[in-house]
Amino acid sequence: MRLLLIFLLLVAAVGHLLLPFGPLREAQAVDPELADLILIQLRLPRTLLALGYGATLGISGAALQAMFANPLASPDISGASSGAALGAVIGGYWLGLTQPLLLAACGAAGALGILTLLIALAGRRADTTTLLLAGLALALAAGAATSLALALAPSPFAFYDAYDWLMGNFADRSLAQAAAALVPASVASILLLRRAHALDLTALGEDVAASLGIKPRRLGLEVIALSAIAVGACVSVAGAIGFVGLVAPVFGRSISRGHPGSAMVPAALIGAILLAAADLVVRSVPLDRPIPVGVVTALFGTPLFVWLVVTMRRRVTA
Amino acid sequence: MTSLVARQIGIPGRLQPADLDVQAGELVALVGPNGGGKTSLLRVLARIENASGVVAIDGEDLDLAPLSRRRRLLSFLPASRDVIWPIAPRDVIALGLDGPNPARVDELIGLLELGSLADRPVNRLSTGERARVLLARALVGNPKILLLDEPLSNLDPYWVLRILSILEIAAHSGQSVLVALHDLGQLPRFGRALLIADGQVQMDEAPASLMASERFEQVFRIQATQGGWEVRRQADPQSSP
Repeated sequence: MRLLLIFLLLVAAVGHLLLPFGPLREAQAVDPELADLILIQLRLPRTLLALGYGATLGISGAALQAMFANPLASPDISGASSGAALGAVIGGYWLGLTQPLLLAACGAAGALGILTLLIALAGRRADTTTLLLAGLALALAAGAATSLALALAPSPFAFYDAYDWLMGNFADRSLAQAAAALVPASVASILLLRRAHALDLTALGEDVAASLGIKPRRLGLEVIALSAIAVGACVSVAGAIGFVGLVAPVFGRSISRGHPGSAMVPAALIGAILLAAADLVVRSVPLDRPIPVGVVTALFGTPLFVWLVVTMRRRVTA
Repeated sequence: MTSLVARQIGIPGRLQPADLDVQAGELVALVGPNGGGKTSLLRVLARIENASGVVAIDGEDLDLAPLSRRRRLLSFLPASRDVIWPIAPRDVIALGLDGPNPARVDELIGLLELGSLADRPVNRLSTGERARVLLARALVGNPKILLLDEPLSNLDPYWVLRILSILEIAAHSGQSVLVALHDLGQLPRFGRALLIADGQVQMDEAPASLMASERFEQVFRIQATQGGWEVRRQADPQSSP
């Protein structure tokens, strides 16, 4: 199963990089250097962002679900993505920051702020209802604050400008921007992966984990901080993308035989494949205006989400 | 040989500082009314919360023992039987081990007769079945100390007796076993009993003398009748002498 995922990942990566093939071939015919330019300067950052952001969402989603002991926790439903968007909007349109890495820091700070509020509101092992309601409230509040920050921003084009970015967009990002998102995200993701076994043990309950020498409180704070950094950095460059962080861990756990921490690796692979595929859909749809990739993940993700809620309800009532 | 040494262990407001020594091979029952402090004592011994005092197992300070070492020193079974994730019992049991050891896991699956359930999601099993799976996880690493919070609840009579004999065998092989329980009928099978109420260890004796004591009846607010127990009548000054 893992081999199949790695194969699919390669297909997604190569496909994302080379498709549509037409322009590349034409450029190659005119000037081989032009083709290289398209490949390296235009397509490579986009491919790296799509794969890296997807993997980040898979890992941080799985880590948050393990920590909250809840399959509905995720970067989007916890409000972390909305918080990151708010942070990046304030950094970009109010503080006038342009350095991608500084914007990534703003995104991480926003995500961290929302996740801290969520813990304060709902607690670390909140039941599903509390978690969903608290996360929803925070996501809505952060969304409203983002709209307000854009409406009142010094630049009159802020709203129009941000639309392209907020809903998720990988187009026209530079390699420097991709690096600003993916370097912090990779470091945080690797640190999260090192906590896989500890998160697996929390499946037996916090008391058992603690009796084995794990500090659940500290582990929880680490997961929060690392997820915030990973997701915040990606959101600041490519916008808030929903559902991948929710759905990838669910499939990840079916590969890790239910283990919540070990689900991070397969969830990363699945997240990367899903987001690369979603962005390929964006690129292939023949519209005058490109649609945000977040719209595509939401369109495909909503039915999966509904299915998840229904199966959970069935399990509870059974 | 003293296996477990605890000094001045306590939780402010819930468990008064106490000392406790347990020998290797001892089977100790923790009894007492609800909320008296049985679970708190087990949690302090397992160093689950930042509690005061020192707990040493075979001379090794638990707070200083690294993660991999802890599993060999103790295991803790909580009273809750909840497992949220759909992990197979086989894998749940393996979480109690340092590394893969399928033979040992199979041994526990056989011991607790989990063969037909071993590959079903643990969160779909009945409470009693889950109780056996979680106990198997606690037993699989063969730790020196077993701290078990109500391992006999949710079980049918066959399994109450089976698990008691499994615990007796564990003690016989040198493990120290501390068990919180409510079923006083099983108390005589233990070698030693602690009566815990109001956040402190009230008595520490052989079960027979514990049960025969006035203090025992007072704390539990029950009294012995022929072949059983009944609710203790309030001392009534009006009644005849």
